[in-house]
Amino acid sequence: MTDVQKPDVQKPDVQKLSYIAAQAADARLNVELETEGMTLNIGPQHPATHGTLRIIVRLDGEQVIWAEPGAGYMHRGYEKLTEVRTFPQVTALVNRIDWLGSFANEVPFILAAEKLMAIEAPPRAQWIRTILFELSRIANVSLFLGDLGVQLGAITPVFMAFRDREYVLNLIESATGGRFHPNFDRIGGLKEDLPAGWIIETKQVMKKLRNFCDEIENLLFGNEIFQSRLRGIGVIPAEVAKQYGLSGANLRASGVDWDLRRDQSLPLAYDKVDFKVWTHPDGDSFARCWIRLQETREATKIVDQLLDGIPSGSVMAKVPRIIKVPEGEAWVSTENPLGEMGYYVVSKGDLGPFRVKIRSASFNNISIVPWVLRGVYVPDVISILASLYFILGDIDR
Amino acid sequence: MREPGPLWRRRLLWAVVPLREGVVTALRDALGDGLVDSLIKPDDDIWVRVSGDVWQQAGRVLRDTVGCDYFCFLSAIDWMPSPYGRGEDDPTQPAPERDTAIKQGYTGGNTRMQVFARVTNLQQHFGVTIKADVSDSAPTIDSWVSVYAGANWHERECHEMFGIEFNGHPDLRNMYLPTDFEGYPLRKDFPLLARMVKPWPGIVDVELLPGDSGDDPAVEGDA
Repeated sequence: MTDVQKPDVQKPDVQKLSYIAAQAADARLNVELETEGMTLNIGPQHPATHGTLRIIVRLDGEQVIWAEPGAGYMHRGYEKLTEVRTFPQVTALVNRIDWLGSFANEVPFILAAEKLMAIEAPPRAQWIRTILFELSRIANVSLFLGDLGVQLGAITPVFMAFRDREYVLNLIESATGGRFHPNFDRIGGLKEDLPAGWIIETKQVMKKLRNFCDEIENLLFGNEIFQSRLRGIGVIPAEVAKQYGLSGANLRASGVDWDLRRDQSLPLAYDKVDFKVWTHPDGDSFARCWIRLQETREATKIVDQLLDGIPSGSVMAKVPRIIKVPEGEAWVSTENPLGEMGYYVVSKGDLGPFRVKIRSASFNNISIVPWVLRGVYVPDVISILASLYFILGDIDR
Repeated sequence: MREPGPLWRRRLLWAVVPLREGVVTALRDALGDGLVDSLIKPDDDIWVRVSGDVWQQAGRVLRDTVGCDYFCFLSAIDWMPSPYGRGEDDPTQPAPERDTAIKQGYTGGNTRMQVFARVTNLQQHFGVTIKADVSDSAPTIDSWVSVYAGANWHERECHEMFGIEFNGHPDLRNMYLPTDFEGYPLRKDFPLLARMVKPWPGIVDVELLPGDSGDDPAVEGDA
């Protein structure tokens, strides 16, 4: 594997300054020419919006002066539905929130239920959970890396992404039985153990995925057009990112060193492996994409380390056949592919939860759009949205 | 297998209890009687409840004094038990008697609905869950938008789902529901109509096996 480069701090400054100067010049021109504003609707059905997100932008010349995303085309009311389900049934629902990394959605909910019940999954189950969690991150983010090219006019990367994501999906399918919606996590452990030969196969796939990352890095990230479309565009300072509750790669791209895998104590196997949490000082679109590339690589290394040390034993703790969760409140969040995903679970000692507040990453990540789109040019709207990376199901829940 | 690296020592900060007590002390110093109740669970979390009129001030104290500058979420809880249960009633039979007593969770409360939010301190690695009562007849509370900009969408969502008004919010339009939608879907007295018109087939999932009392720990707990 090649050594990853240090972020180039000098270059974006020049770009950023020239961009700001161009913006100011254009704004002056608009005033001189007395251009009329116009309202442009991007979406709901638009190839650049990853689904049915509508973005209303008001333009002055080529510049956006006001933007507002219109979410809600996919609201399914999961918070209401969880109130009429039993605890084990909820995982089937929350699978559908971020559908590219489904397994990662189940884990925080199950951990919250386990916290309330004061039980812990056996070590083997924790390790397999962590492996599947990272696999779903790879499946999710590798599609982002391919899709990124499409948003900017490069078609090739998406075929590579779909090719290599397929290997990961096959792994998830052979372990859990579901390619997209595993529904594999149980309170107290996992549904089943890993199939024979899975570990060796996974190691080979991780090698392929690292190659894929190198390919994408060579093909996209070094590309001049790619860099000029992303560097210095859509800059989010750390203070603003924290105010809006940005999480995951979007937050780390603004220079905030915060990763819930490392920075909190959960019954998952992250404390048994060494990994680097990548940050980037720039906070622009390029930084966000670059962080995700590094994280995919880091995830393959985490999986490799975990595969070497899976403990033996059962994958299911002793839990009652009918699960009643004791009264209480619990908050558990994990570092999902899109960012911080958490569940605030309130139980009244019943078969089902009393109230579940689902804190999904994309909801916060997209709420910054009106702030960050102010003053940018129309083509940058697409690249900024692509770099913020959202899944519609994760916004609307 | 490796020992936990130096990066991982940072996580031990979560277990420091004096740090957590410092949060409650800082809030009490700033808010006085405005801080109604607090709960610190070791190795878990901090819950505080403030009165509704200092809600915005409490947000400022958390952001500036306590250092919780990361906004996590804001929402509400309706503590009334649902009059429809879990929607598993037989529609042909009269509805069974249900307990209607309102019982609030951690840090108590006096009203049916509570607004709650969570903010995190990214330097010292702890989060605070803060709650406030809102009146039953006209649920109103100050907006957090001027404190945490990210509260904007969360308050819009909370407004349409629970009918809570946020004073000072710039734009409380509906996010998900049609503009003329009547009712507040996440309130407990809003029926889940899909369950009303058709019985839920999932009830059979928890049927007991013959000779099984249901409480024995089973190794294959595939409930």
